Amino acid sequence: MCVDCGCSVRGKEEEHEHHHVHDNPHLNDSKTIEVIKSLLDKNDHEAAHNRAHFDKHNVLGINLMSSPGSGKTTLLEALKDVADFSYSVVEGDLETNKDADRLSAKGIQAVQIQTGSACHLDALMVHKALHDIDLDTIDVCFVENVGNLVCPASYDVGTHLNVVLVSIPEGEDKIAKYPVMFRKADLVLFTKVDLLPYFEYDIQKEKAALRALNPSADILEISTKDIDSLRAFAQWIDFKKKMR
Amino acid sequence: MHEYSIVQALLNQCEDIATQNGAERVLKIYLKIGVMSGVEPYLLKSAFDTFKQETLCAQAELDIQSQPVVIRCKECNEETTLEVFRYICKKCGSNSVEVIDGEDMYLMSLEME
Repeated sequence: MCVDCGCSVRGKEEEHEHHHVHDNPHLNDSKTIEVIKSLLDKNDHEAAHNRAHFDKHNVLGINLMSSPGSGKTTLLEALKDVADFSYSVVEGDLETNKDADRLSAKGIQAVQIQTGSACHLDALMVHKALHDIDLDTIDVCFVENVGNLVCPASYDVGTHLNVVLVSIPEGEDKIAKYPVMFRKADLVLFTKVDLLPYFEYDIQKEKAALRALNPSADILEISTKDIDSLRAFAQWIDFKKKMR
Repeated sequence: MHEYSIVQALLNQCEDIATQNGAERVLKIYLKIGVMSGVEPYLLKSAFDTFKQETLCAQAELDIQSQPVVIRCKECNEETTLEVFRYICKKCGSNSVEVIDGEDMYLMSLEME
């Protein structure tokens, strides 16, 4: 019996199938084709588009990633007092405009993306938010990703650099436990380091773990109580901006 | 649970390719998932089985090859497959290395009819 159409023609299968190939534009037999394409191909395409958009306006894009509560928004607020460059922020949260409101109150232009239940920002979400930011008036655009050490690591949002924060109160071993995220970092910021005396936290051990995982990442220690540490972060950004 | 977003992207890719090739259904999908891609194969499979309904992939099976991280040393050119995530050349100990494989996820091939 013909396996393609289920008809009862017998004995001349070869000829019958041959006939089908010419008559029917669809596939008759199963066939395997090589593809070799990134699963995130579409996102990567959008991300490249965002980067081209930043480049055209001479803006450095920085993706900030970390657990919830490690101090991303507080850092962006505090940076205002020391930065020589001007910046805007694309804010990603599941719900509320609270972070964008906090930044606006400091005179920083911020656009909030509410992801609903999505655990990460993708390049298209950032693209849409960029329509509401005047790139001609700024030097740096931060994308403050959804607080999450897992999912955002897989998505290129179209920035130039990834900065990953890890705060002292989160406890040790975050770098070893979330290697994909810390592999992506161009800079790792140890935040809330003013709390080191109060926590069992061996920062040298954490730095060694990072070096083994991501030898080329830069490292800074930050406390918003220590203005010099904030200046060091601002200088790192200045340097990276000059190098582009 | 970003596996759901990734499965959605995968289904779109497979439907496009099947349509371009005049196929009526996809039978098998071969993926290569890097162990450092940030995606869990088990979750990817369960997300795929949930979302494939009513697509050209409804009867498709997912074949996932898990790809370890492979690095190449920039000093001595030695290739090392990592058993633990220490990005260091096993031969000369240099940490000046480039990643060759194991950090991305790829659609490798599609079987369809």
